[in-house]
Amino acid sequence: MSIEWYIVLSSLLFATGAIGILLRRSPIVILLCLELMLNAGNLALVAFSRMVGNEQGQVFALVVMVVAACEVVVGMGLIVAIFRRKLPLDVDELTELRG
Amino acid sequence: MEAVLFFVAALGALGGAIGVVAMRNPFYSVLALIVHLFSLAVLFLLLSSAFLAAAQVVVYAGAVMVLYVFVVAYVGGGEESAWEPIPGQRLFAPLLGLALLIELAIAVLASSLLALGTDGPDVKAGFGDPASIGYLLLEKFLVPFEASSILLLLAAVGAIVLAQRRREAAG
Repeated sequence: MSIEWYIVLSSLLFATGAIGILLRRSPIVILLCLELMLNAGNLALVAFSRMVGNEQGQVFALVVMVVAACEVVVGMGLIVAIFRRKLPLDVDELTELRG
Repeated sequence: MEAVLFFVAALGALGGAIGVVAMRNPFYSVLALIVHLFSLAVLFLLLSSAFLAAAQVVVYAGAVMVLYVFVVAYVGGGEESAWEPIPGQRLFAPLLGLALLIELAIAVLASSLLALGTDGPDVKAGFGDPASIGYLLLEKFLVPFEASSILLLLAAVGAIVLAQRRREAAG
């Protein structure tokens, strides 16, 4: 398969993730959509690494996976903390920091 | 054969992504994301990056998704209400996403990438196997490797601090 197909698929996945972040209000689903966007970026990185013919892009993608895992861990900690304080799990209702 | 596999995996990835966005119950969104991640692992294999595909399945579809499932089960994945706090959100969000897609398409097409119409160079047999990735990580990218391990440690400590039970005196 030609590399451009992977790039097209990666842009489609990125746009889908962005639509999800704009559309959904549950913080869990917003984190899931963030994962979609990070994975779209990973797919583009791996495709470009194959196009150039060296593996450095794959190491970059591996680091992106580590960062995504950290983001999930901290995000889940925040969601559990929000839940413990009996606050609503809805990003439009968590407006305490609004000026 | 390769084209068939690509289109099956691409459909799985795209269907999983749309499932994540469209499912009203967060639990089904997590399951759709697992489908998406497995399809991406197949795509990584097609791009001859075997180690990354294995890491994707083990770390992402395995460990990270288990964390998601636990948290959704803990907070009780209630369905989102159909009530719209921002008027027109359901109309404008897909429009903005479409605008982003068009922008990405323009960027890809206008960049006259070398990727357009090529399969990439022929690679040797060991391309993307654990040995070569490990060699790169420990020889060339040692500082980013150590930095990411410190980041993982910080994230683990941060999650414990965030999610711990508050003491009565502190509150």
